Amino acid sequence: MSETATSKESTTTGQGSSSVGIGSGGSGTGARHQGRFDSATERALGWLDDRLGVGKGRSLLDKIFPDHWSFLLGEIALYSFVVLVLTGVFLSLYFVPSTKEIIYHGAYAPLRGKLVSEAYASTLKISFSVRGGMVIRQMHHWAADVFVGAIAIHMMRIFFTGGFRKPRELNWMVGVTLLMLAIVNGFLGYSLPYDLVSGTGLRIAYSIILSIPLVGSYLAFFLFGGVFPGNGIIEPRMFILHVLIVPIIIAALIGAHLFMLVRQKHAQFPGKGRTEHNVVGSPLYPTFMAKTLGLFFIVTGVLWMLGGLVQINPIWQYGPYQPYKVTYAVQPDWYMGWLDGAMRIMPSWEFTGFGHTIPLEVLLPAVLFPGLTFTLFYAWPFVEARITGDRAVHNILDFPRYRPKRTALGAAGVAFYFTLFSASATDVLANFFQVSLNTVLWSFRFLVIAVPVVVGIVTYRICKELAAMPVTDEPKRSVILSRTEEGEYVMEEASIRPGDAPDDLDPIAVPARIGAGVEDAGLDEDGLDKEDIPGELLDKVPGVRRVTT
Amino acid sequence: MNRETGVQSDGGRIHEPVHVPGHASGDRPIPENHGEVSDSPLPLVALDDPHLRPAAKNVRHTERWIAFLIALAALGFAGYGAVYWQGGQPQLEGLTLGIGLLAIGAALAAWGKYLLPRGPFVEERHDMRSSDVEREQMAAAVIDRGKLVMRRRGFLGKMLAGAAGILGVVIAFPVIRSLGPLPKLALDKTNWRKGSYLVTIHGRKIKEDDLEVGGIITVFPPGYEGNAMDQTVLLRASTSPFTTKAGRETWTPKGYVAYSKVCTHAGCPVGLYQEQTQQLLCPCHQSMFDVLDGAQPVFGPAPRPLPQLPLMIDSEGYLRAQQPYDQPVGPGFWERS
Ligand code: HEM
Ligand code: FES
Repeated sequence: MSETATSKESTTTGQGSSSVGIGSGGSGTGARHQGRFDSATERALGWLDDRLGVGKGRSLLDKIFPDHWSFLLGEIALYSFVVLVLTGVFLSLYFVPSTKEIIYHGAYAPLRGKLVSEAYASTLKISFSVRGGMVIRQMHHWAADVFVGAIAIHMMRIFFTGGFRKPRELNWMVGVTLLMLAIVNGFLGYSLPYDLVSGTGLRIAYSIILSIPLVGSYLAFFLFGGVFPGNGIIEPRMFILHVLIVPIIIAALIGAHLFMLVRQKHAQFPGKGRTEHNVVGSPLYPTFMAKTLGLFFIVTGVLWMLGGLVQINPIWQYGPYQPYKVTYAVQPDWYMGWLDGAMRIMPSWEFTGFGHTIPLEVLLPAVLFPGLTFTLFYAWPFVEARITGDRAVHNILDFPRYRPKRTALGAAGVAFYFTLFSASATDVLANFFQVSLNTVLWSFRFLVIAVPVVVGIVTYRICKELAAMPVTDEPKRSVILSRTEEGEYVMEEASIRPGDAPDDLDPIAVPARIGAGVEDAGLDEDGLDKEDIPGELLDKVPGVRRVTT
Repeated sequence: MNRETGVQSDGGRIHEPVHVPGHASGDRPIPENHGEVSDSPLPLVALDDPHLRPAAKNVRHTERWIAFLIALAALGFAGYGAVYWQGGQPQLEGLTLGIGLLAIGAALAAWGKYLLPRGPFVEERHDMRSSDVEREQMAAAVIDRGKLVMRRRGFLGKMLAGAAGILGVVIAFPVIRSLGPLPKLALDKTNWRKGSYLVTIHGRKIKEDDLEVGGIITVFPPGYEGNAMDQTVLLRASTSPFTTKAGRETWTPKGYVAYSKVCTHAGCPVGLYQEQTQQLLCPCHQSMFDVLDGAQPVFGPAPRPLPQLPLMIDSEGYLRAQQPYDQPVGPGFWERS
């Protein structure tokens, strides 16, 4: 970058191309303008513009992305999805979606000679016989866990900062749908290898569908193709749902999500120069592009490393699924934990009467409760608008501390789901603390109410406390504290260095053209005239090398 | 720009005024460099404008770091190639390519964050709401043209709706109905018949001396070994018959007792037997069933006892079912009475 800017002859692509004129034409802007048509990039853009009018899309390059870490969460989710698709395609080249039983002859010695499903055998093959397959398979699984996690945390960010308010209610709802589909597809994928643990999970899923009044048994029969486990048709069905149908819906919704984002532009936190009518930050091209491409590789790198170094779902230890077998400490992936916990602490309230059975002990925690959860998620923007009566357009985000009620409610909600999640480990906890299951069960029945209440109250207090603290708009400045000969301390403001306080400048529109600066002021590349330019200034100009003598 | 002096060293170039939104009261500035490229020179920002400075305190230093990261990435990538070449090994594969990807990611992110213009930059936001005129025109178009379609043709409209309704119903046949059989009695009945032998997963018939007291085994009706609905636990709780529930006195010959293995909660196999407490435990959500008391649930979310299979011992000493289960096995469902 600095080289391009320094060298006057550089006529390359990208940002450099706008300085074409500088090299060829000298100082006049007219000359610069003619110089444009010299570059190959220019001609390529022209070619495309003649046909597609790409020139009119320049404002997209200027799209501003606010510089705040919390805006990365959605991107992490997006890149996890990209990784899921890439690794998933790799897996589907080797995976055999069939529950047909075969005798295992593969690389994993302890299972040789045993009857296993083709699905299970092919997953073992991916793990042990396809070179690089183990890493990719584990990466796929890790990416699924990170995907759902990133969506959930991203959603919390939107919730706590009021990012769902008008005009972004629709995008919030698209986001809620994405969370739901991510969980569903995770469950489907998790079930594909047809190992003992995931098969047991399928059995539970079947019973959950069965519990729905009136249509439950029909639904279960149609989905699974009969009585559990459904004559082997479940594998092709779940497979095609998992690798094609749900991912396509997710991809389309992500498209809609981003389309709305571009159309409405980012919301932003309050700050200097930021209003309801603008967005302040870095432009898509080139700053955000570089950063986000970097993030993509970081996410991929982390997931790849997890895939290589941290074992996940070692199905060879669980064994193939047999409906009459079961392992101890059956646990689903983390994002199913809240439902598992809810099923565990639910009392055994089955309703029978009028010749019918309503299995409330399953229906309530596993159907109605998640149904209610997602309904509430969908409705929240409208519920809040009704409560507050606030129907204005909001492009400036809230700091959570200034919305103590919403923040307290959100924190209580997070605590609630987290407690349910912990309740999915009742057996493990009972073992670990050497207490009876009964104690653990009743503790959780109590905690699931108490924890959210306490967390809510404490959060409310903290918000009030924080909100009462004075805030200044002044950016922090470094000072130099020195002791004089007499032992007196004096404090001086340190001179400002670039990067100390980036926000002290007023924001400007993204420049279309970047012109020459210091270099053109009669200086040549190496013979910098140190006398004429203050040293401090030299430091600040990109690409101007300081020559020390 | 030199902050202290406020001097803009733009080398005598044209410097378009820079808009600072929020400063002009109320009226929102339109950035001049927005919109179509015309023949007139574009607004220009001088290279030494403070907004274009990199955020890095020390550019050279940052560049060296980035160079290091890119070199590291190249090493990582090459390392992965080498590991793969050698036959592959998950941990090493993860480490090499992982480091490579992380390093290249960090390099790119640092490049964007520290070496590119630090801004801040601003973009104007346009209201989503259209002008009143546009809104009215849109509404008028939709409503008026819609009326044009339906005017004095209400009957056609109703016919259309009717036909679409029929399509909606019949399309459900291939889309949904074809997916599976109707439940009919499949959930109510198992494959246990009067007199069925009790066989193991390998099809071996169980004889009266096969289990010690405290022994447990999973059994099926012959021909249905491994079947998810028929699976049954056979336990030997004592050497002589005992009563699990009134009216079931003959169901436990020689202390053998058989219960459906399908948990009445959500259908997991009730696989764990605790001999001291005489309880069957379901590992899924920890329901516990009392073996001596007709598998009555004593803990957990299971709502009903496990159905009991009436047993008998035939003249050759084989264990057999006196009768099929007297009720549907497994979790509850709407049609279960
Ligand atoms: C929303 C996105 C997705 C999620 C959350 C997800 C999640 C999962 C999970 C958790 C597994 C189990 C992995 C294991 O431990 O064995 C899995 C397996 C699998 N996935 Fe995905 N996946 C997604 C998208 C895809 C896509 C787009 C494809 C293919 C194009 C795919 C293909 C597969 C295949 C073939 C398997 C079975 C092989 C195996 O289990 O190793 N997945 N998926
Ligand atoms: S399935 Fe047995 S306790 Fe839930």
